[in-house]
Amino acid sequence: MIQVRAFCAAVISLFAVLMFAPAAQADFASSLARFAQDEFSETALAIDEIAASGDSRAQQVLEALGSARLFVDPASKKVYWRAATSARTIHDAANGEPVVDPPAGLQVVRINNRLRGATLNAIGALTLMAPDPARRRAAAESIFKSRDASALAPLEAAIKVEKDPSIATLFAQARAVLMLAAPQATKDQQLEAISILRMRADIGAIAALRSTNASADADVKALAADAVTAIEARLKLMSHVQNVWYGLSLGSVLLLAAIGLAITFGVMGVINMAHGEMVMLGAYTTFVVQEVFRAYAPDWFDWSLPVALPLAFLFTGLVGIAIERGVIRFLYGRPLETLLATWGVSLILQQAVRTIFGPSNREVGAPSYMSGAFDLFGLSVTWGRMWIIVFTLFVFVSLLLALKHTSLGLHMRAVTQNRRMASAMGIRTPWVDAMTFGLGSGLAGIAGVALSQIDNVSPNLGQSYIIDSFMVVVFGGVGNLWGTLVSAFALGVANKFLEPVAGAVLAKIFILVLLILFIQKRPRGLFALKGRAVEA
Amino acid sequence: MMPNWGVCMSINFVRRGVLAGMASAAMMLTVGAPAIAQETIKVGILHSLSGTMAISETTLKDVMLMLIEEQNKKGGVLGRKLEAVVVDPASNWPLFAEKARELITQHKVAAVFGCWTSVSRKSVLPVFKELNNILFYPVQYEGEESERNVFYTGAAPNQQAIPAVDYLMSKDGGDVKRWVLAGTDYVYPRTTNRILEAYLKAKGVASEDIMINYTPFGHSDWQTIVSNVKKFGSAGKKTAVVSTINGDANVPFYKELANQGVKATDIPVVAFSVGEEELAGVDTSNLVGHLAAWNYFQSVKNPANAEFIAKWQAFTKNPKRVTNDPMEAHVVGFNMWIKAIEKAGTTDPDKVISALPGIEAPNLTGGMSKMLPNHHITKPVMIGEIRADGQFDVVWQTKGLVAGDAWSDFLEGSKDLEADWVGKKCGNFNTKTNKCGS
Amino acid sequence: MIAKVFFERYDRAGLIFLGVMATIAIFVPLSNLLLPTDSFLHVPTYVMSLVGKYLCYAILALSLDLVWGYCGILSLGHGAFFALGGYAMGMYLMRQIGSRGVYGNPDLPDFMVFLNWKEIPWFWYGFDMFPFALLMMALVPGLLAFLFGWLAFRSRVTGVYLSIITQAMTYALLLAFFRNDMGFGGNNGLTDFKDILGFNIQAQGTRAALFFATALLLILSYMLARWMVTTAFGKVLVAVRDAESRTRFLGYRVEHFKLLVFTVSAAMAGIAGALYVPQVGIINPSEFSPANSIEAVIWVAVGGRGTLVGAALGAVVVNFLKTWFTTGFLAPYWLFMLGALFIGVTLAMPKGIVGTLQDWSARRRERATYTEKSAQKIAEQGE
Repeated sequence: MIQVRAFCAAVISLFAVLMFAPAAQADFASSLARFAQDEFSETALAIDEIAASGDSRAQQVLEALGSARLFVDPASKKVYWRAATSARTIHDAANGEPVVDPPAGLQVVRINNRLRGATLNAIGALTLMAPDPARRRAAAESIFKSRDASALAPLEAAIKVEKDPSIATLFAQARAVLMLAAPQATKDQQLEAISILRMRADIGAIAALRSTNASADADVKALAADAVTAIEARLKLMSHVQNVWYGLSLGSVLLLAAIGLAITFGVMGVINMAHGEMVMLGAYTTFVVQEVFRAYAPDWFDWSLPVALPLAFLFTGLVGIAIERGVIRFLYGRPLETLLATWGVSLILQQAVRTIFGPSNREVGAPSYMSGAFDLFGLSVTWGRMWIIVFTLFVFVSLLLALKHTSLGLHMRAVTQNRRMASAMGIRTPWVDAMTFGLGSGLAGIAGVALSQIDNVSPNLGQSYIIDSFMVVVFGGVGNLWGTLVSAFALGVANKFLEPVAGAVLAKIFILVLLILFIQKRPRGLFALKGRAVEA
Repeated sequence: MMPNWGVCMSINFVRRGVLAGMASAAMMLTVGAPAIAQETIKVGILHSLSGTMAISETTLKDVMLMLIEEQNKKGGVLGRKLEAVVVDPASNWPLFAEKARELITQHKVAAVFGCWTSVSRKSVLPVFKELNNILFYPVQYEGEESERNVFYTGAAPNQQAIPAVDYLMSKDGGDVKRWVLAGTDYVYPRTTNRILEAYLKAKGVASEDIMINYTPFGHSDWQTIVSNVKKFGSAGKKTAVVSTINGDANVPFYKELANQGVKATDIPVVAFSVGEEELAGVDTSNLVGHLAAWNYFQSVKNPANAEFIAKWQAFTKNPKRVTNDPMEAHVVGFNMWIKAIEKAGTTDPDKVISALPGIEAPNLTGGMSKMLPNHHITKPVMIGEIRADGQFDVVWQTKGLVAGDAWSDFLEGSKDLEADWVGKKCGNFNTKTNKCGS
Repeated sequence: MIAKVFFERYDRAGLIFLGVMATIAIFVPLSNLLLPTDSFLHVPTYVMSLVGKYLCYAILALSLDLVWGYCGILSLGHGAFFALGGYAMGMYLMRQIGSRGVYGNPDLPDFMVFLNWKEIPWFWYGFDMFPFALLMMALVPGLLAFLFGWLAFRSRVTGVYLSIITQAMTYALLLAFFRNDMGFGGNNGLTDFKDILGFNIQAQGTRAALFFATALLLILSYMLARWMVTTAFGKVLVAVRDAESRTRFLGYRVEHFKLLVFTVSAAMAGIAGALYVPQVGIINPSEFSPANSIEAVIWVAVGGRGTLVGAALGAVVVNFLKTWFTTGFLAPYWLFMLGALFIGVTLAMPKGIVGTLQDWSARRRERATYTEKSAQKIAEQGE
């Protein structure tokens, strides 16, 4: 089957070559026809030809190819592309006109990584002078990465007309990369290239400097090596900053997971083994909300997280209140027994989710503002992680304020400090208990919304956080929110500094051992509640 | 479990007195079944339905139920119906052994289809040997094993890892010169990476161009490792990641890759444990072009595959349900078992075990897989690139089928070993000493 | 006279327990070996190995009840001691395989050949000798418990803090044993055993003997635990549980008592683990998982905390239900039932099965005495 196809392809391409051999440049239509072969080698030729054709239709076709929007009609062998913005409109690739009634059974033109790279390069060369600055930026980056020598000419042309200084720098850097790799570049050009790359001072620059052409002058090579050392020294320094950042990010995840537990366990004394499942329910709420968005308002998908947050809080809060009313209220004063009952609750919740949503992972997408990364003084910061840190701190501050300045917060503190006195003062303690547990569960729920962005959304989600959460709360000191904050960030940062040295597994073991030893020193955690009572 | 009720009812009919017996006999005559109704043939299904492995294994249970239902519609085998016995070993390894014993001694199953992790297989192994029954194991694994009672329908390392690396070294694969071998710290990644390391070095890759990294199960914070990979990839040589990261940890890994902007065109990741089912939990639009090596992809265009997908989606009543490689392994294994029973004329384990080598059954990618004397099967190897819709595009595939090799030729201890249950009657024949075992 | 002293130590539940256990210990292995398979009284090997497993869990539960029920130390890491004992046994069994492994290497276990190790690491020395291994089964968990307890009790870590750091301990061990570099076989653990003390581990006779040993050990553990809690020592333990500070103020060195009972309990759990491994045929790091330890706590709670008999009963009942629920059409729903059971027991039977029964019979006796007394009174008044 494959052989037959290959044979046909060979015949057709031979035929094509024969037909157009006299022409210096293959014409656009025949290049398009190569896509219909469904052969990677043919597609590669087509990309090169189209990129070199200088045709005004080239960019549309190549972009469609790169993002799997280029189609072939197997019957007529005609090529079509779909517009990036609308899912419906199909254009004829030969003339760019929209087709009213596209043929059925269109098949996507398949590409592999090599062709995808080639397509990106070609697009890069074509879009160097695009009016949109973002596209010019992307074009420069793609040339920088690919080191495709053929892009030099369009790049030189683009440098001459570029007005935006930041983009001009990018172009210069891209040009520097090409100069370094090119065998025909002069020594001066290469020395200049090295100094430009040295200014850029990132991993990409190192890669470019390392791939200096082997035939280059010895001085050039020495200078390039020198630049690499300099950049590496700088990056080494940065790696400590990066570790702190990663640590803060891990810490924020720990804090987020633990903060609800700091209420249910820390404040109320319930050993809430179902806490992890509340986080999981929050993540599944996000999934459901996103499904609704996907079905009814795909254009508003970015709003799915802001919508999911309050819903997750409400839903898990209500589940928490139901658990408190149904189970936990009978167990006050018997904290260890809450462990057993909530363990039972957690088994039931896990299996319930497994029954309803199935045992496999569910897809929770990242809105645009949660994806990608930006560069902060050479530190690559991912948006998702950054928003999670910001969000965690926001939740923490709101919780502190709520406990300090609302009447529910006042009642909560009163009830946990002296239940009978609070009751005597007219506080409805059962109601406050339910609300407190609901609050803790709700916080777990919104943690689930955030964690759905970085972890699996599966029935096992909660299990992976429950132990860490308990460690965080206990390390910080039960009943102390600030302690929880400090402990989460301390554990996160310590873990991230140990990880490059000891590896991920040993780092975690060290942290646990340190925690055990620390508790010997301070048996009530970092910030023990001060009091006169000898023991609880 | 609904599908089995019909089967159970038909037995009960027979067991009830003369009147019912006559009625059922009449019924059976009308549908053309044998007049003498026999007991069903029981098939054990040993896949975790709860706990950490439920995420992967539940699907395999459903596939087995579907296959058994299908077979019963065709009249069963040897004139007898099949009956599934489902147990839940709950991702707990000693419980696997206990449940295997229960299936064999209490339920008297004729064969068991089950296990996912290597440790679960190791746990049930002594039970199958002691009680002499048959296990069909459907998952790709580290090799280094060939047991009389086990039939390995998943890939051995030479049917997955080595072709994948070959592909990446080729021009189409990107001419990769520098390698990151990242895996979860357990036996499968350890062995696969050792085999790959030996293989790469044999191909002339220097030690400093290989980075090996292990992470714990369910690792969820990949920031440091992904940034290390980026750093490693900046040496000016084309770099690729060979990932043997276990199921659960993959989603956060891929999310981190996407967030840190590691594109397949820069540093491709080829995974051996990521299939359609795992990707169902990820937004793949940022992962387009990353690779996976398997012996089956849902996207393979083939009438047998199309039929299977249609049946599966109808069976699960979910038009979006995906299929994956271990499911295909069960399909092939199940069909081989049926053929072996027909060939042996009995379900007696000894006879079926000796009937199985040499049996051929069509796989879903258009080939004919064969059970080899080492109890592994022949399979095509395919490399797929992730598409935006969570499916794979097959970008490369071996010319013919590759025979599974139980003992790797690249490992010190095992290169002299050979498994041959037909000629040599053993799973670890040493070609140096010409003896089984040492 | 001796008999009287012996029996005085036990309450009614204890005597029943001892009786039942002695019967099981003798009847089950004999019936399995001697009676024909179609006999009504025959115990199939499957059932025997299942019950053997439950009994190992019962010893674990007993050891946990000793520290939790009588001394108030809620250990969420007892599974770690169980697993360590199991590993000690596993290492012995691995060494017994000798050159019968798949690679035929006489010195190294298969997984070491597999990972390209050249020689056996030092901590495997001696495990080819059973007496040494036997010692290690109790000593390693005991030593760990001693060290851990010495640190924790001396600095007066109590209550939830103690529970959480025991959990941290077992979690750290879980991660450590998962590492292949540790030399304990990583995730695959130790498996494919052949012989124990020269007997084929799969032979019916060996199984029966292992069963008998387990049952006997359960009886001995129970007697030891009962002895500990009924002597003056036990009274101090209960005092520590109920009012630690007051006991300390009375002049007792609380931490010594805690340390002793914790260490004994850990060693007991270790031996339970050691018996568990040859019966289930595998030991793997997942035995260290915190969930396993929590489950052990639940067995004790279901059976009745602070009753010893209840702990053993709870382990058997919960595990029996687990076996039963995980088969057939109940399989997809078994977690619902197990979860409901835990909630139900905590809410409706806070003292567990045995505690509730004891309460109930005590109340009945009280009522009986009360009726007797009032009858007497009436009779007296009538005079």
